[in-house]
Amino acid sequence: MENSHNVRRVISVLVENESSVLSRISGLFAGRGYNIETLTVAPVPNSNLSHITIATKGSARVLEQITKQLHKLVPVYKVIEHEEMVEKEMVLVKFPIEESLADIEALCSAYNGGIVNVGVSICIGMVADEPCRVKHFIEAIERYNPIEVVRGGVVAIER
Amino acid sequence: MKMNGAQMVCEALIAEGVKTVFGYPGGAIMNVYDEIYKQDGFEHILNRHEQASVHAADGYARATGEVGVAMVTSGPGFTNAVTGLATAYMDSIPMVVISGQVPLSLIGTDGFQEIDAVGISRPCTKHNYLVRELSELPRIMKEAFHIARTGRPGPVLVDIPKDITAEFGEFIYPDEVNIPSFKPTVKGNKRQIEKAVEAILKAKKPLLYIGGGVTLSDSSDLVRKLADMGQIPAVETLMARGAMGAKNPLLQGMLGMHGNYSSNMAMSETDLVISLGARFDDRVTGKLSEFAKYADVIHVDIDPANIGKLVDVDYPIVGDLSSVLEKFIEGLEGKINPDRYADWREVLERYDDLHPQSYVDSDEVIKPQWAIERIGELVGEQAIITSDVGQHQMWAAQHYPFDRPRQWINSGGLGTMGFGFPAALGAKKAFPDKTVINITGDGSILMNVQELVTAAEYKIPVINIILNNHFLGMVRQWQTFFYEERYSETDLSFQPNYKALAEACYGIGYDVTSKAEFDAAIKDAIEQDKVAFINVQVARFENVLPMVPAAGALYNMMLPKKEEE
Repeated sequence: MENSHNVRRVISVLVENESSVLSRISGLFAGRGYNIETLTVAPVPNSNLSHITIATKGSARVLEQITKQLHKLVPVYKVIEHEEMVEKEMVLVKFPIEESLADIEALCSAYNGGIVNVGVSICIGMVADEPCRVKHFIEAIERYNPIEVVRGGVVAIER
Repeated sequence: MKMNGAQMVCEALIAEGVKTVFGYPGGAIMNVYDEIYKQDGFEHILNRHEQASVHAADGYARATGEVGVAMVTSGPGFTNAVTGLATAYMDSIPMVVISGQVPLSLIGTDGFQEIDAVGISRPCTKHNYLVRELSELPRIMKEAFHIARTGRPGPVLVDIPKDITAEFGEFIYPDEVNIPSFKPTVKGNKRQIEKAVEAILKAKKPLLYIGGGVTLSDSSDLVRKLADMGQIPAVETLMARGAMGAKNPLLQGMLGMHGNYSSNMAMSETDLVISLGARFDDRVTGKLSEFAKYADVIHVDIDPANIGKLVDVDYPIVGDLSSVLEKFIEGLEGKINPDRYADWREVLERYDDLHPQSYVDSDEVIKPQWAIERIGELVGEQAIITSDVGQHQMWAAQHYPFDRPRQWINSGGLGTMGFGFPAALGAKKAFPDKTVINITGDGSILMNVQELVTAAEYKIPVINIILNNHFLGMVRQWQTFFYEERYSETDLSFQPNYKALAEACYGIGYDVTSKAEFDAAIKDAIEQDKVAFINVQVARFENVLPMVPAAGALYNMMLPKKEEE
């Protein structure tokens, strides 16, 4: 296929909040060979809708197909291809308690977060920031021997 | 009115005007069958395999344009139905399939005959439902029919747990459907239509590219009118055969892998493709970068996802074909000059003279192409022709004189062997007064051969003409051309006595080895009014030609030898 230059795109999908809707969407991506970078889903307050945010990559033709195929699913109300958006991703990181809590606290706060839990043997830091900054954060914490890193997937809202 | 879920299913089917249900009972769907026993609003046909039930419902839908209905039980009943669902899905056929499911409390426990039907059928249905509460059953039934027939049609599955069909509740069948997230675009964009009309007026070599959407939307009269007013040449896809009418001089023929020379050359040289309900399938386009490479493209389709999926489109129009065609005709009225395209028509005529759709006939052996042409001469316009999948299907598409839409019923997208016979049963149930012939091969007919029993029991006298070359012919053809004649597992020389097989199931059988016997068998089968197998020995190594090798350019065709060669 021509124009195979891959670009990243964040898509919000508003769907009827019914039991099988997520598998309809993930199945569509799997079945048609579309890429999913991250996928998040949560109910929209005061409605019977859910908001699904998908970060994906593909050629222009593939991205257009993704939008159109999503639209075809019966429980899909709305598909928003984000252009002017605020995009955030949350990350939780578990550190050994022996690491410098002050350093970790400073690092987390530089990325919109802080230490959210301290136990006997571990502490947990949380940040919420743009995906590219999250990447930098994960690189920066390497030297503090993180035990576990859990990324939340991106959520986005149109500006 | 208070009733159980099973009765609600029956009442909903009756409310939808369903006359015939094809199906097969089993544990999880028994409650519904109990209500079927008590009602007389529709007839139930007991096929001998669930796959056949779904194909029969599909054939019924293709012949009539109405929603076909099939019913199966859970587990293996449902999995047997999957091929039928996928077949209908690929060809956009409106259908509702109702499957039984284990009781709600057993779902997820690997219960007896439990399978995740909505999970399995998600990629091969337009939509599907697992009914979780009795109160939503009437709405779901209403929505299923609405979704099946609205916009781009397709099959819908309703999976109903057994306890829900047993439970009693109030039945109020909704008058209307309200699904805010499902509103297909029907009216084409006015500005785009105007631009497309301008493009047609400016083109020098326009070509109508007619797809199955023309049949599905019943807009062949409008397509013929559009072609006629501008004297615009046309090509049809496999799914559109009959849309223009075989006698129409503007029709070049079928295009694609087994398209005729002038059709494929027309597509290769046109400067404006007017695509009407077609989807640029790989069997049509061949090598995409060479497909219609000198042309702008107008693409009219009810499904926006079809537009721009494979080729770049200059004039995208999402909408119902009939309504868009009416606007085209309005816009072109008084402005279009048929003389403008006279040179173009002449070019195509010369192409057709150069390499007409042809074959070399024989006096010693029946050529399959001759057999198809002869069927056309004997039963012609009034008959409905179904087919299975393979060489016979392509020969039928190439050589049968299809005169009207819905006359030709075949599995185009999925290419399902075993489709033809049960689909013929569905078509014959819908049109008992028409001759219904399944053109099949010695490979395909054995898939769903059990339907002989169904046809005999219900007196559905369809005629199966087996073009018997003792080969899995199409695969054999590829082995000849592309695998140095290594005929791996395609030799079907060991085969049943088809005549005896038909007779064992209370049908009638004929063994045919000559042209005289061929005529006699067809005439007798029509008179006998019984399900028939006409087993025709045809030339063994005949190939379907022209042929564009897979992923080749349309204009590079392997052509048939000419008579004098």
